[in-house]
Amino acid sequence: MIRVSEPDFNVADEIALLEADNSQDGAVVTFTGRVRQQNDGHDVTGLFLEHYPAMTEKSLLGIVEQAKEKWRINRVSVIHRVGQLYVGDNIVFVGVTSKHRGDAFAAAEYIMDYLKVQAPFWKKETRSGQDAWVEAKTSDQQKAQQW
Amino acid sequence: MLTVLFFARLREQLGQSSVTIELPRDDFTLGQLTELLIEQQPDWQKLLENTSILTSVNQQMVDNDHVINDGDEVAYFPPVTGG
Repeated sequence: MIRVSEPDFNVADEIALLEADNSQDGAVVTFTGRVRQQNDGHDVTGLFLEHYPAMTEKSLLGIVEQAKEKWRINRVSVIHRVGQLYVGDNIVFVGVTSKHRGDAFAAAEYIMDYLKVQAPFWKKETRSGQDAWVEAKTSDQQKAQQW
Repeated sequence: MLTVLFFARLREQLGQSSVTIELPRDDFTLGQLTELLIEQQPDWQKLLENTSILTSVNQQMVDNDHVINDGDEVAYFPPVTGG
């Protein structure tokens, strides 16, 4: 399940969906990304997430398909919020189920690593009343290239 | 007719989110489209030729040698920062 939208998500509800009528999988791995109070030494009060609506879900679907080719995973949920967010708000959720933990752990990390460098989202932070686009990190590129 | 979209910081720097453009001929590549856009708007050169700028055609990331067709949706955008 892939969802790109403004409303918040509830992690417990998302885990319940991954587990419902699912007695084949012994492993459920989830990651939640949230808005930090500090980024690169700046105080952050909020951020605006812009995206390329026609491309975001397509891009996430492609990343999930690649993960399914690499590992034996069953259910996958990727949720990414857009619009105005504030400190402590949820941004992104990735949940993966598999028979054994190794596949779910690896696939969840892979999906996040590729989402960071391929999915067309852009963050604009509010720092002490001023807005600034977040710079892409070369460490994220290197992390994705490791797979 | 082609639709060309711009996003995030690049959209702000160019001062517009999209343009439409007629393809001058078949076998036109994305790199040639960039040159054509710069011919029409010389002050866009530095921004569009920045090597960090990513490009997509019909919502798939592609390189400069990708051949574009009438009706395609092309986009130029800065490195992504989601997650």
